[in-house]
Amino acid sequence: MFVELLFYGFSAILLAAALGVIISRNPVYSALSLVLAFFTSAALWLLIEAEFLAIVLVLVYVGAVMVLFLFVVMMLDINIEEVKQGFTRYAWLGWIVSLIVIAQMIAVFYAKDFGIDATIGPVRNPVDHSNTRELGDVLYTQYVYPFELAAVLLLVAIVAAISLTMRRRPGLKPQDVAKQVAVRREDRVRLIKDVSREGGEDPR
Amino acid sequence: MTEFLAVWSSLPEYLRASVWILIVTVAVILSVAFTILWERKVLGWIQLRKGPNRVGSIFGLVPGIFQPFADVIKLLLKEVVVPSASNKWLFRVAPAITLIPAFAAWAVMPLDPNLVIADIDAGLLYILSLTSVGVYGVILAGWAANSKYAFLGAMRSAAQVVAYEIAMGFALVGVVMAAGTLNLGDIVRAQEGGVGNWFFVWLFPLFVVYVIAGVAETNRAPFDVAEGESEIVAGFHVEYSGIAFALFFLAEYANMILISALTAVFFLGGWLSPFDGLLAAGHPLAAPGFHWLFLKLFFFLTCFMWYRATFPRYRYDQIMRLGWKILIPVTLVWITVEGFMVWFGVGPWSR
Repeated sequence: MFVELLFYGFSAILLAAALGVIISRNPVYSALSLVLAFFTSAALWLLIEAEFLAIVLVLVYVGAVMVLFLFVVMMLDINIEEVKQGFTRYAWLGWIVSLIVIAQMIAVFYAKDFGIDATIGPVRNPVDHSNTRELGDVLYTQYVYPFELAAVLLLVAIVAAISLTMRRRPGLKPQDVAKQVAVRREDRVRLIKDVSREGGEDPR
Repeated sequence: MTEFLAVWSSLPEYLRASVWILIVTVAVILSVAFTILWERKVLGWIQLRKGPNRVGSIFGLVPGIFQPFADVIKLLLKEVVVPSASNKWLFRVAPAITLIPAFAAWAVMPLDPNLVIADIDAGLLYILSLTSVGVYGVILAGWAANSKYAFLGAMRSAAQVVAYEIAMGFALVGVVMAAGTLNLGDIVRAQEGGVGNWFFVWLFPLFVVYVIAGVAETNRAPFDVAEGESEIVAGFHVEYSGIAFALFFLAEYANMILISALTAVFFLGGWLSPFDGLLAAGHPLAAPGFHWLFLKLFFFLTCFMWYRATFPRYRYDQIMRLGWKILIPVTLVWITVEGFMVWFGVGPWSR
């Protein structure tokens, strides 16, 4: 009973937050609504005892991805009016996509027509069951190649993104830290004769 | 005492957990108060001053002991100014967003062999995800204030925290590899059997990286460019006054205590005794307990103040260079070395 109450509470917040992402006029509010949506879906995942995935969702999306999103949204001065132009022009495409998505969601209710209900539902595990270990076991044995492939793909994406944004502009004077560290006193300081002193002896 | 224990154990679990949450929260808040006093004292001694020595000197015993309370009362009585051109709602919410993760993270902290509020399996991930949420408070405070200095501070902080989180995460990957678990209590237990088994011996580069990244994550000197009072006045909290400012202050020190405790747990055996294995098994000094965690935590906390008194502030591009080009490669190299150590059975995890 209590769990169901939590489920409906979180679902309501999730829906409201998701709606907020698309209807709020301020892009910063949209990004923040998305953060809230991630949090509530993490809470929903906790309710179905997928605590590893829930925490990773918060860690990756809230902790890293959305920080960068917010960073960009705050830096950009987005003109809403400009974005709205052409909005109606592509409305038909949006309608088609949303109709397809709605049709798919309705199809879930008729799962038995596709024979999906023949598979066994999830089994509840005991309290001390570690789904971190379970996930690791599957990920690094059965699915190790797809996992490694995905990792390499992400690495390629990182390298590509960096090389796309790296421009060698002329006239830049970057610092060579190794050179700075290697500098000795003799390279920079020259002792000249101290004429104020009698005889001009070395001040050392 | 026995009656009290009987009543205590007859309480339902959620009530007992709530009592513990209350105790830990109050303890953290009080620790923050005395950490601030201790910092001002330490800085004073380093700079050949006396530090606060007026409020509450009882018979000249501990001069200045009530200084933090005097400060809090002063801040409470001050007016909270909300800039008229600011985003008022986010401006008010931002301090709370910084504060909540700093306290919530204590839920999985193993304080004692038998005491942890929530003994969850993915405790380390929980800590990582919460500490990464704290940066939202800083970003939102900087943006909502609608001030150039505050915004610059927020942007700096966001980039810095994202960069150092990666180094920090990689350092913790090494800890997880050595301990074979994400549960903080089990990480401490994996370091049992004397100082030689503590992870800072075997993961020394990762330990150094973690300490540096911890200082950067808490926005403390020499990485306090988010505040940068010599360039951008007070950074992200320039527009905050009174108790709203105090909340940021509270969060900063709570985060310092948290990072110190985590360093002790991950690398210095948490509540384990340093005499474990040296003295006979029944010796009171060899017994594990909260006092050992406290001593280690206190040492790192004092180090935070020591850094602040010693190092000049990093330049912003130097911070980025240190994070991306030095700390992350160091962690990657040592994780590889650790992989070989595990493979060839060298080190404490060969048991």
